[in-house]
Amino acid sequence: MMNQNLKEKDVAILAIESSCDETAASVVVDGRTVLSNVISSQIDIHTLYGGVVPEIASRKHTERVTQVIRQALEEAGKKLEEMDAIAVTYGPGLVGPLLIGVSAAKGLSFATGIPLIGVHHIEGHISANYIAEPSLEPPFACLVVSGGHTHLVLVRDYGEYEILGRTQDDAAGEAFDKVAREIGLGYPGGPKIDKASKEGDPHAIVFPRGKVAGSRYDFSFSGMKSAVLNYLNTSRMKGITVNVPDVAASFQQAVVDVLVTHAADAVDQYGLKKFALAGGVASNTALRAGMRQMCADKGVDFYCPPPILCTDNAAMIGSAAYYEYRKGQFSGLDLNAVPGLRLGQR
Amino acid sequence: MKIMAIEASGPVAGCAVLEDGLLIADYNVQYKKKHAQSLVPMMDEVKHMLDLDLSTVDAIAISKGPGSFTGLRIGAATAKGAAMAMDCPIIPVPTVDSIAYNLFGTDSLICPLMDARRQQVYTGIYEWIQDGDAPDGMRFSVVRPQCVIPVAEIAEDLNARGRFVIFLGDGVPVSREALAELMKVPYTFAPAHLARQRAAAVAALAYAYYEEQGDACMVTADDFRPQYLRLAQAEQEHSERRNFSLLLQ
Repeated sequence: MMNQNLKEKDVAILAIESSCDETAASVVVDGRTVLSNVISSQIDIHTLYGGVVPEIASRKHTERVTQVIRQALEEAGKKLEEMDAIAVTYGPGLVGPLLIGVSAAKGLSFATGIPLIGVHHIEGHISANYIAEPSLEPPFACLVVSGGHTHLVLVRDYGEYEILGRTQDDAAGEAFDKVAREIGLGYPGGPKIDKASKEGDPHAIVFPRGKVAGSRYDFSFSGMKSAVLNYLNTSRMKGITVNVPDVAASFQQAVVDVLVTHAADAVDQYGLKKFALAGGVASNTALRAGMRQMCADKGVDFYCPPPILCTDNAAMIGSAAYYEYRKGQFSGLDLNAVPGLRLGQR
Repeated sequence: MKIMAIEASGPVAGCAVLEDGLLIADYNVQYKKKHAQSLVPMMDEVKHMLDLDLSTVDAIAISKGPGSFTGLRIGAATAKGAAMAMDCPIIPVPTVDSIAYNLFGTDSLICPLMDARRQQVYTGIYEWIQDGDAPDGMRFSVVRPQCVIPVAEIAEDLNARGRFVIFLGDGVPVSREALAELMKVPYTFAPAHLARQRAAAVAALAYAYYEEQGDACMVTADDFRPQYLRLAQAEQEHSERRNFSLLLQ
């Protein structure tokens, strides 16, 4: 007798992420249920140098990678042999760090015969929303904002993306880091500026809202960053004491305004009903609030993963990999790291 | 005792399998293709060619460095992933030692040279000693452990020892001219089939360690880390700055 509840076997995926300075591994079932999400951060080491040093990050990944994978399996209560696929971020990111995850994943796949799935890091960030909101399905729009990326993307279907806009220079998170360094807040800039802004007036100083000529959805943050530096220099020369919280809040407001305005334009032009936020900078409280307000004003459903799924993590990679698995999109043992991998590229 | 060996420290990607001292596979490639793309497919090909049941492999031997930082990590992460899945230990083999181990039984000193850039070489000095207690009556001996130094410094060391020297390794082509000027003792270069990193040499040296030391030559997949012999440049500069500021105090 057929049992109505007898669905196909659950698909369990072991996912690995090492594209920057977090060594991460996770076990995800059917793309939506996270059994474990282990993140080993190197932030303390890189704080010494004021930013991520690729060679040091690569060395740390190498030291930690199997412990992190082992811990992810243990916390999930699963054995490696029970995995249906091994997923790994293969780009974009820093080539040295990427190669550690990719090589370890290939070692595991070689030794077990479990199929390998190379995953795009940004697809991972977008897919974090599938974990946070199990009812979310494409189509929707997504703003991906992190230390390395700023993308406005239409998610037409699982694994099908149209990039509406991307940054032409610095990523938003990169601009946060640079400004934080200049105003003495240090690394990592995002959380520090977010915190300092709470004490400041976002309208104290008007920094320019960067525009890209001839492109409605592309971003530019380097002008904004230069404006902050000019303001600091001018103040210094005039002997004016800079109010750090005001600078932080005003700069953050300028970045958020640009991001939210672009998102609002996309909602209007494409008649979108669902909008998601993703990436490390999606943890920024002002950006979350701004996006939530804009979506509420326009009657659009707003999605945003909790901070633990916004930062670089492997659960999001396991989610993205599940939809590749369903399409039978596997990678060979010759999978290489592709630091400049574009979204939708294979 | 079955050992699978991995070599990815320099221009050669390699995989070998040694079973109870018998070399049953040795696959080395030095070509344009990057280790990231070639190494694991090579291991997979060896596995299929040998109908190798990986659960019968007792240890993974790896050329642990020094060498190309990226190459070392590709080898290390691959070995760690595979060893974790195969639930077997890793036998780390110093890369310069394994290059020297290509040669056997000579009376000469053996001096591998790996191009370390910045006018330096990864090198060391080795010899074979007749020893009645050793297997086959010969013992492989480390005269000067692997290190990173200017080629002039290793030449000076060799000159002082006053013996015939055999050079080998990918540092030979870039050091030939310098050696011609620096060397006061007679020397030669190893032929093509012995002159580079080779997975079989890594496997054989790992097996020699095992025969001599037993499990003491092994580490877990989690504990293994490459031996770079050099700090990352940022660490180097950081410690120089710190030393400088200490000096000023």
